[in-house]
Amino acid sequence: MIDRMNYDAIVIGGGHNGLVNAAYLARSGLSVLVLEQRHVLGGATVTEEIFPGFKFTVFSYVVSLLRPEIIRELELPRHGLTILPLESTITPLPNGDYIYRGSDPHETFRNIQRFSPRDAEAYREYGHTMYQMAKAVKYILGIRPPDPTSLHPRELLALLKLGKHFLSIGEDNLYTLVKLMTMSSAEFLEEWFETDPLIATMSASGIIGTFLGPRSPGSAYVLLHHYMGEIDGVFRAWGFAKGGTGAISEAIANSGRELGAEIRTEAKVAKVLMRGDRATGVVLESGEEIQARLVISSLDPKLTFLKLIDPSQLPDDLVRIVRNFETQGSSGKVNLALDAAPDLSCWPGDGPHLRGAISVSPSVDYIERAYDEAKYGQFSRRPYIDAIIPSMIDPGMAPPGKHVMSCFVQYAPYKVHKYTSRQANKEEPAAENWDGQREAFGDAVVDTLSEYIPNLKKIILHRQVLSPRDIEEKIGMTGGNIFQGELSLSQLFFLRPAPGYAQYRTPIQGYYQCGSATHPGGGITGAPGRLAAMEILRDLRK
Amino acid sequence: MPIPSPLHSRTAKLCQTQEWRDWAGYLSAITYQPSHEVEYFAVRNSAGLIDVSPLYKYEVTGSDALRLVNRVMTRDISTCHVGQVMYSPWCDEDGKVIDDGTISRLGEQHFRLTAADPSLRWFQDVGFGMDAEVRDVSTELASLALQGPNGRAILKDLFPEANLDGLRYYHLVQAIWRSIPVTITRTGYTGDLGYELWIGADRAPELWDELTAAGAGYGLMPVGLAALDILRVEAGLLLLEVDYTSAPFARIPQQKSSPFEIGLGWAVALDKADFVGKRALEQEAKKGSRRGFVGLEVDWQNLERLFGTVNLPPQVAGRASRTPVPLYANGKYIGQATSMVFSPILKKYVALATVQSAYAEPGSELEFEITVEYVRKRAGARVAKLPFYDPPQKKAIGHG
Repeated sequence: MIDRMNYDAIVIGGGHNGLVNAAYLARSGLSVLVLEQRHVLGGATVTEEIFPGFKFTVFSYVVSLLRPEIIRELELPRHGLTILPLESTITPLPNGDYIYRGSDPHETFRNIQRFSPRDAEAYREYGHTMYQMAKAVKYILGIRPPDPTSLHPRELLALLKLGKHFLSIGEDNLYTLVKLMTMSSAEFLEEWFETDPLIATMSASGIIGTFLGPRSPGSAYVLLHHYMGEIDGVFRAWGFAKGGTGAISEAIANSGRELGAEIRTEAKVAKVLMRGDRATGVVLESGEEIQARLVISSLDPKLTFLKLIDPSQLPDDLVRIVRNFETQGSSGKVNLALDAAPDLSCWPGDGPHLRGAISVSPSVDYIERAYDEAKYGQFSRRPYIDAIIPSMIDPGMAPPGKHVMSCFVQYAPYKVHKYTSRQANKEEPAAENWDGQREAFGDAVVDTLSEYIPNLKKIILHRQVLSPRDIEEKIGMTGGNIFQGELSLSQLFFLRPAPGYAQYRTPIQGYYQCGSATHPGGGITGAPGRLAAMEILRDLRK
Repeated sequence: MPIPSPLHSRTAKLCQTQEWRDWAGYLSAITYQPSHEVEYFAVRNSAGLIDVSPLYKYEVTGSDALRLVNRVMTRDISTCHVGQVMYSPWCDEDGKVIDDGTISRLGEQHFRLTAADPSLRWFQDVGFGMDAEVRDVSTELASLALQGPNGRAILKDLFPEANLDGLRYYHLVQAIWRSIPVTITRTGYTGDLGYELWIGADRAPELWDELTAAGAGYGLMPVGLAALDILRVEAGLLLLEVDYTSAPFARIPQQKSSPFEIGLGWAVALDKADFVGKRALEQEAKKGSRRGFVGLEVDWQNLERLFGTVNLPPQVAGRASRTPVPLYANGKYIGQATSMVFSPILKKYVALATVQSAYAEPGSELEFEITVEYVRKRAGARVAKLPFYDPPQKKAIGHG
């Protein structure tokens, strides 16, 4: 086919960052086309009716970091966005007890006090310290990472501002920040707390989506990353989007369309078209060619740099860095359609605990052991699970009286060995394949949950099990990493995704990146999409 | 949800207004009767009974108990005799105030401390390595404040054995009531003659009943937090999180205060052995403090004039207001009033305020921001000596 159309910009991928990027470009008057390979928009930010009447937040399930400026500037509430509060976390314990942390600080205090009066007091101070830390780091989330090797006045000025910012946060805060950057989440928390299941549950936010254990150095930073949502206006860490996370993508898409962006689904891009060292458009798998002055990839760097274009057109060092970019997933997802409400043995019946997170994290050792199994190529037999019941928060997610349950599970490595019993711990070639293991993984999750929710097995109507490999196959993210690449310190800020290319540009003229693999990283933030749009618009003004 | 205090079975029946506030996680009555002023005047004129059980309470024992308490507190606790009570702030290493409370010396090495915020961890950490045990007795002990000029007479009915006439201000007596121990301290948060009774939480409702019965002939009535807030402002007593911010929870450094800056310089004993914050406070004592804590009297004629322009009499807070208001001098911002109320007994509009040191002397003339029918104006105000109201019975000895 010959080129039919000519756009100012084509955004590859209709995930939330691609949509945000497109909406901002359209807002500046550019003609923009978004191309999504699937029949549904959102990428990992999607709600699908997998089982009739039951809406699953298939991949991502909660939101905390969605930038408030995006909500305001794209007028997302007018386009259907409502974020409902997710106020509590309950950690059921094997002895039948539980730790409950809710929206009433005194109630949380009393609950933790049962385990340790010191921890109950430390909890408030810890929250305050993390607020200070998030305040210090938040600045970074809102800026384009400066290039520390460049002598360009713009970069030097940006570095100077960054340096000044860190001097302004105060000596004590700076020390704490260095600790957060270097310690493991469990160690960092053990400086504050003594109650093991509390440390375990809190440290779990340091491992979500990463291939790290609670005792792996570097995991403390991820703890902070997840705390960031605390400080933007609403002062609430986690929320649930009415209609599931897919409703966020829908709202952004609607806003983009109103601003003039065109969005096509079932339009998979095969290659980026080039003329000389310039991107000139894309060719779809169907053979259709579409021309554009700008091409922006919201996909992960392996696809952006190694698949959509011919790597031989890139500098060797960049190719090497991208090949080494860590994108192996560590988490899986089990989505359940339920005939009735789950009943926790530690807190039977209805209650506020069902409208928050249920965390299977009884001890640090428990999670670390789950990690050990993953390190050696097996999914965790007794995994860490972060479960929520979306239909408890938004009744529209399931038929009346029925429920959906979203279980985020760690660890599920991308490559799995065939499971053998522990004593037969011999070298065995990696099956590197989830075929035949997926349901065993689903069983491990349901069995683990059933220890705390005795009625669970009886009420399951349908079960969807997703391994990192399934995430890769369904939505394309290489390795099934939910952040499009580990959120480890070696892959953050001006190193994300590669030094010299952390400012959303690529070596190819007119070809940009805007996905979670760019600064400030993963989660439903929209920040990469927005910051990339700012840089693109800046280049256009030159 | 706040939980019931140990006295809830009694206070719930009395609280006609159903106006409750969350105090440290407990349900606390704001007013029992439609008019809090009736309760206020009970304390000033006869007697009021206040459930102050939500206070955090700690006991320190062991051979290093005095060492620990003296290292925490800025005041010299070694001069506190057994049977005496002291009031003191405590600070972090930078000499910024964390909290304030009373210290009752129950024995040579036995102290009972009160605090507005949970403090177990801090007390334990300061005492690290010492032979002293800090125990949180917040839920074990209930506390009843019996405040007002008739307080002594009522107590004498219940505790005929205790030498209440001889019990001096900021001293305590250990009594036995129905074979259980009750500590009676001559303390309070009202600036009047007053006592606080410390008793096992399970027996507290009985004591409440007996006090109520004994007080019937003396005009005793239950008093809620609305009246208490007026009483403490008149008494010039500050409140954490209202008049100052606890240093560990300040969001910016400017929100922290030293004891000198909140009017508690008198409770800093720089001549005693090492205590937490001493070095920083020595520096501050040398250099001088940036701010001071003062009482303000707003010029009533000024208020009448300002409100007169819109044909209104002065509209001022009848209940104490905790919404801070900026203060100016010569048109420049110089501090803020943090608690303010129309004093029912003095008939003055008074406030507790933090101002730059240059304006902290009694007699200094300031401008106080006041909203006159939606428009912000400035009324004249003068720095006054604290307390605003100081009745002789507060400290006087009884005459049997």
